[in-house]
Amino acid sequence: MGRHVVARVDEVDIGKSKLVKVAGRDIALFNVKGEFFAIANRCPHEGADLCKGQLVGLAESDEPGQYRMTRHGELVRCPWHGWEFDIRTGKSWCDPARTRVKSFDVSVANGGTVVEGPYQAEIFQVSIDEDYVVVEI
Amino acid sequence: MTESTVLSPASEAGTRFNLIDCDIHPTMKSPAELHPFLSKRWRDHAATYGGHIRQGLAETLSHPRMVPEVSRVDSWPPNGGPPGSDLPFMREQHLDGLGIDIGVLVPLRGNASGQRHPDYAIALATALNDWQVDKFLEPEPRLRGSIIATQEDPESAVVEIDRRAEDRRFVQILLPPRSIEPLGKRRYRPILEAAVRHRLPIAMHVGGVGGHPATGAGWPSYYIEEHHSQVQTMQAVIASLIFEGVFEDFPDLKVSFVEGGFSWVPAFGWRMDKAWKTMRDEVPHVRRPPSEYLRTNIWFTTQPMEEPNPARNLIDTLKWMGTDRLMFSTDYPHWDFDDPRYAFKVPLTPEEKAGIFAGNAANFYGLS
Repeated sequence: MGRHVVARVDEVDIGKSKLVKVAGRDIALFNVKGEFFAIANRCPHEGADLCKGQLVGLAESDEPGQYRMTRHGELVRCPWHGWEFDIRTGKSWCDPARTRVKSFDVSVANGGTVVEGPYQAEIFQVSIDEDYVVVEI
Repeated sequence: MTESTVLSPASEAGTRFNLIDCDIHPTMKSPAELHPFLSKRWRDHAATYGGHIRQGLAETLSHPRMVPEVSRVDSWPPNGGPPGSDLPFMREQHLDGLGIDIGVLVPLRGNASGQRHPDYAIALATALNDWQVDKFLEPEPRLRGSIIATQEDPESAVVEIDRRAEDRRFVQILLPPRSIEPLGKRRYRPILEAAVRHRLPIAMHVGGVGGHPATGAGWPSYYIEEHHSQVQTMQAVIASLIFEGVFEDFPDLKVSFVEGGFSWVPAFGWRMDKAWKTMRDEVPHVRRPPSEYLRTNIWFTTQPMEEPNPARNLIDTLKWMGTDRLMFSTDYPHWDFDDPRYAFKVPLTPEEKAGIFAGNAANFYGLS
């Protein structure tokens, strides 16, 4: 277990993603409306890179002809077969119990607070003037 | 259909190859990429009139797809152009990336068989074949081509097949299953005769525009309905080939059905066999139970992989149809691509694996 500094907050724009390597794992980092989320990068269905997937909303309907879109940008759609994963839980929409990816706790911290203590900055020269994305593994 | 008693052993050819991909879709960076292979007369025709097929919206598909260019989001070449149009990127991402020994090109653009202008169709077929050689087969020895021929104009199709057959980089004749009439009809017989004469198998890849609704029940509303309606079409073509007596006339003819799935094959065989037992005298030229032709003359590619629930049910399907009938395919760069490492969710024996991933295709194409 550890808290890993993986990116500067301005490296990942809203609605975009970044592949980061943390403790030997490939992790897909997403910026959803300014909030950061991290899930395992490999799609459990056939192995595609989820970091290349699009952030989409949830299309729902109670009856034919009635549609609504909710949770804008909170699901990642696999770049191959289109499986949708909830960015908060890592669970797939169609098979949440069995087809799911691991999700990780993410926080944002100022460089001044991450240069000391339990943080591990493997790749970064951390500046005390910047904000960083921290993933907990 | 009886159970397969002997699974095809890994052929000698299979030991030369570990991975053969039977379905790779190449395309052009832009329509102008075909211009060097079309005479001025046909370049002008394309610019003035364009393609003219048996549906509205000539340059699109009958149902809008869920992703642009029907392709994997990560398959767009970094140097521009649509997925499948950039050979260096295809090499890097697909051939090198997966360790593919042989990849068979299945060009879908242009649709020479579906063109209503007969002479433009001929020019397009020839151009598409020249383009495959120039853009892919010359620079990349791992790739093989498919002869594009005008199915609805069999006489011209044979001319084009005869012209290409000497170039053994072309390993099959590509025809669309959605045609005006099913392939077994007598008027298509010259194409089948040419295939046998040149020892070229025929590949039926899903698609085509025959002017009929996508399903026997009419036009579906959604892509999700149309997507697997291809199964009906494949079944119709197979029934036509068997009951028209094609495999009695041409016992050496090999036909593969590409991207139409395969879990339905055993049940289809059982059903045809049952009907044959009671209605055989309508087609006395069909001398064997229909499922036997499925065992001797017909192959299926794997993608889009069947995913029964539970996954182990696939083992029964494989047993019923025979793993020697199956040839691995990815459909790269299309969205429903299968990755050879993860597509099979059930364990295969080393022999089955060697056959499905390379040996069966090596035998089918005569690569040994």
